[in-house]
Amino acid sequence: MSKPFVSVELLSQRFPDGKGGRMTVFENASFGIEKGEFVVILGHSGCGKSTIMNILAGLAQPTSGVVTMDGTEISGPSLDRGVVFQNYSLLPWLTALGNVRFGVRARHPDWSRAKVDEVSTEYLSMVGLSAEAIHRKPSQLSGGMRQRVSIARAFANHPKLLLLDEPFGALDALTRGTIQDELLKIWGGTNQTVFMITHDIDEAILLADRILLMTNGPFARVAESVQITIPRPRTRTDIVDHPNYYPIRNHLVQFLGKRSKELAGQASGGAAQSPDRVRIDLTAPPAPAPAHLRAIAE
Amino acid sequence: MSVWSENSRAALLSVLILALALLAWELAIPAQHLATEMTEYERLMGGGSARAGIPAPSQVAVKAWEQLSNPFYDAGPNDKGIGIQIAYSLGRVLTGYGMAALIAIPLGFLIGMSPVAYKALNPFIQVLRPISPLAWMPLALFIIQDSEASAIFVIFICSIWPMLLNTAFGVSGVRADWVNVARTHELGSLRTALTVILPAAAPTIITGMRISIGIAWLVIVAAEMLVGGTGIGYYVWNEWNNLDLSSVIFSILLIGIVGMLLDSVFAVLQRRLTYAE
Repeated sequence: MSKPFVSVELLSQRFPDGKGGRMTVFENASFGIEKGEFVVILGHSGCGKSTIMNILAGLAQPTSGVVTMDGTEISGPSLDRGVVFQNYSLLPWLTALGNVRFGVRARHPDWSRAKVDEVSTEYLSMVGLSAEAIHRKPSQLSGGMRQRVSIARAFANHPKLLLLDEPFGALDALTRGTIQDELLKIWGGTNQTVFMITHDIDEAILLADRILLMTNGPFARVAESVQITIPRPRTRTDIVDHPNYYPIRNHLVQFLGKRSKELAGQASGGAAQSPDRVRIDLTAPPAPAPAHLRAIAE
Repeated sequence: MSVWSENSRAALLSVLILALALLAWELAIPAQHLATEMTEYERLMGGGSARAGIPAPSQVAVKAWEQLSNPFYDAGPNDKGIGIQIAYSLGRVLTGYGMAALIAIPLGFLIGMSPVAYKALNPFIQVLRPISPLAWMPLALFIIQDSEASAIFVIFICSIWPMLLNTAFGVSGVRADWVNVARTHELGSLRTALTVILPAAAPTIITGMRISIGIAWLVIVAAEMLVGGTGIGYYVWNEWNNLDLSSVIFSILLIGIVGMLLDSVFAVLQRRLTYAE
């Protein structure tokens, strides 16, 4: 079995607990992400999801363990890993266009100004920003619009891995739905590998190929890897009618409600903590997976 | 319902207050006797009235007109036009202030970027900052041995602190998210400083520069009274020695107006660089 595109190996993070000891957030976490895969990580606050995200982004250093992408070890931030932060992280003194331009120019320092403008405008219109709205400052845009700009900035750079840190966490439910649809639409046209954090179970099922479930901290671990056996393209109204939707949803709710607590606080004893693979599929067993389901080689 | 906008009503009120104040001032000054009507003794005592020396606004206005209609004449060391005096003062302020900015902003940047440097330099800044700039004057005169350069040094030393502290404060307060944006876009430290930290800290830095220019303009008047020779501060003191109070009042007003203009330049800059989060 070859190594997955992104490989997280024996990753541990410990922080001083303020009393002279050390608090283990997670220990020996090990999992992989395949090229083109959309992986969502679900878990309660404080389980270390964001820490894993920051390590993948190269913004934080793990206490031990390595993350490799495309065969090379991640040792710092890189344009190959685009990040969309929960709080948008747009530069408030630049317009929406200026913010996307900032990213494109960093990626392609040799491009002419006209070319940078053209590409930036193209990606902004792709996320639904009008020609008038792109000249506004972030403070003059709604939360949903800001997050669209942030997504456009990330996609315009064609990162090898796109990291989404609770991108819709600060948005109201209706806006969230629209942007999820838009994200699906943009993502569908690319072969973009995505790793995303969320708290929202329905959002996870709608977007993900695979959901990683994390137990509570301390000593949190990625306990399960749940394959979403609902064919694409998906829409929020259609997936709820799919026979697999509620069994998967129930499984996730049960995990977050009960088992995430029961499994918490267990030291790994040095062993690699790989998630158990879970596949729930009520549609015509033992039919082979439909062709448009992405193959997952683990 | 008034047909006048808030601004025009406020402007009208301002004009009204000014007119009333000037009228009250004019009426409060007792009528001057013609010198020929006074006895020799009365003339020697300044017109027989204790307040005879204070000019009425009309006299100040006449003086102002006289001065402003020919601001750049130069009739020897003790008789120069008001424009020349202001130009000398502005020249000193801008030289000292410019040198302070050249040092304070880059240094403040470094201090703001490094918590160690901030803590190491903070005690020095805290001790040096509250010293009245004029207290440096004797030392400056002794070391520099040049009154002109000493005045500039005093401006330099008084305007450096607000710019230094505000730059350091602004730079250290730049949101980690924005720095992370720069990091995930693989920007080098120089480009991060110029394209992320500088615009993020710009409103705070400009506030420091605005405070500094205000202080510098306050201090130049006192400094020029001490060093003498030229400048608006020297002019005020010289006219006091001449007992020409019309000129004193006129130059006081002019100091205020120039200070307001200097401040408004920075107010415009501040408005342009401030961003809403």
